[in-house]
Amino acid sequence: MNPIFKHGPSAQHRLVLVLFCSVLLIFFDHKMDSFDRVRGYLQSLVSPLQYLANAPKQAMIWAAENLVSRKTLMAENQQYKREELLFQQQKMQFIIIKQENDRLRSLLASPLRAEVKKMVVEILSVDSDPYTHQVVINRGANDSVYEGQPVLDDRGIVGQVLHAGTTTSRVILIADLTHAVPVRIRRNGIRLIVTGSGRIDRLIDNNVTHSTDVKVGDLLVTSGLGEKYPEGYPVAKVTHVVQDESRPFSLVFSQPVAQIDRLRYLLLLWPEQPASVFSSKPNMLPKVKSKVSPKKEVVNAGT
Amino acid sequence: MLAHNGIMILFTLLLALMASIMPMPLSIDTFRPDWVLVVLMYWSLALPNRVNVITAGVMGFLLDVLLGSILGIHAASMALAVFIVADNYQKIRNFSLWQQALIIGVLAALYHLLVFWLQRFLTDAVFLPSYLYPVLTTVILWPWAFLLLRKVRRHFKIS
Repeated sequence: MNPIFKHGPSAQHRLVLVLFCSVLLIFFDHKMDSFDRVRGYLQSLVSPLQYLANAPKQAMIWAAENLVSRKTLMAENQQYKREELLFQQQKMQFIIIKQENDRLRSLLASPLRAEVKKMVVEILSVDSDPYTHQVVINRGANDSVYEGQPVLDDRGIVGQVLHAGTTTSRVILIADLTHAVPVRIRRNGIRLIVTGSGRIDRLIDNNVTHSTDVKVGDLLVTSGLGEKYPEGYPVAKVTHVVQDESRPFSLVFSQPVAQIDRLRYLLLLWPEQPASVFSSKPNMLPKVKSKVSPKKEVVNAGT
Repeated sequence: MLAHNGIMILFTLLLALMASIMPMPLSIDTFRPDWVLVVLMYWSLALPNRVNVITAGVMGFLLDVLLGSILGIHAASMALAVFIVADNYQKIRNFSLWQQALIIGVLAALYHLLVFWLQRFLTDAVFLPSYLYPVLTTVILWPWAFLLLRKVRRHFKIS
């Protein structure tokens, strides 16, 4: 055996050292919020490894995209054309409604809603850890991604940015056990809080009293109260309501609207003002208005 | 660490890390074997003076960063599992390949349970039997990984 080995610390000592360091790390990471910045650095440190691990999948996707038949391409193209026609028609209506809404808002002396900055990002990897629901996206602090930023897909809320590295960042999904979204029922505006359950197809609505008007099929949209998510984006659909009087609260489960088990492209939002300011304080008003006015001109010029 | 082709050890460990974060379909993903644990256990059986508990702790820490779990959870569990191997390497070396695989399976189960207990302690995770599916694939993987890594060790004369 190598003689150097005998002079080194024994295996027990090493184990104690590693366990001590781990306990310290667990404590700092779990209890201290300031440690999130360190995680951001670590995230950028390991991003090359993530890009490398993602390479085979990227190659497969590239091959699959380049080897489609002409027929499927034509069919897809036709479908997109049909959809675009539909969206164009809706957009025309939308512009008129938006103008009308802006006029009504200015009559009410409430601030106009700004167009939010958006960015399309791609998923780099999905965690294999069964205890967390997180994905890694291919944009980071270099593209002004920040912690707590809302993340959407084409159907609804997906989650928020957990750690922003320089070129990649980590997104926590709404299905994660440690995540909660403030929502309201679109039908009647009742406010609820939706937490993840650790299962990808189930969210739990907490503390719903028996008298609350919740029905299966209700759409839950963000209420904008946590000031993380902008108001009005769909989050989940109620799938299961049990009003058992022997329990303190009724049992309400919902299913995410976003297809969070088959994500590929995501949308990052930069909400400029805290969401849900229908009637703001008077002293806030001039500041917000000056921020919004150039956007309004753009909208007018576009029509 | 880098003398006598020690860089190959690092290379295999990095490959194992990449294999454990490579994107997979959800149905296969629950059966993903513990690549890092298998590679670490091979090296700590073959060269306990080169790869030991500290290496395991560092790899576990990297896994924590890559998987986004609370830092230190995988580090502690992996260090404990590898400590058992490193402490008994002379006994485990004498077993046949399939007996070794069973022992590795027990240790992998311990590793997963340790991770689960820590998660349960910190967040209110609920136990699902699927958390232990990787143990099966790890047992199946062990003989092949053992033969392959032994070939690597002999070819590059890592000592």
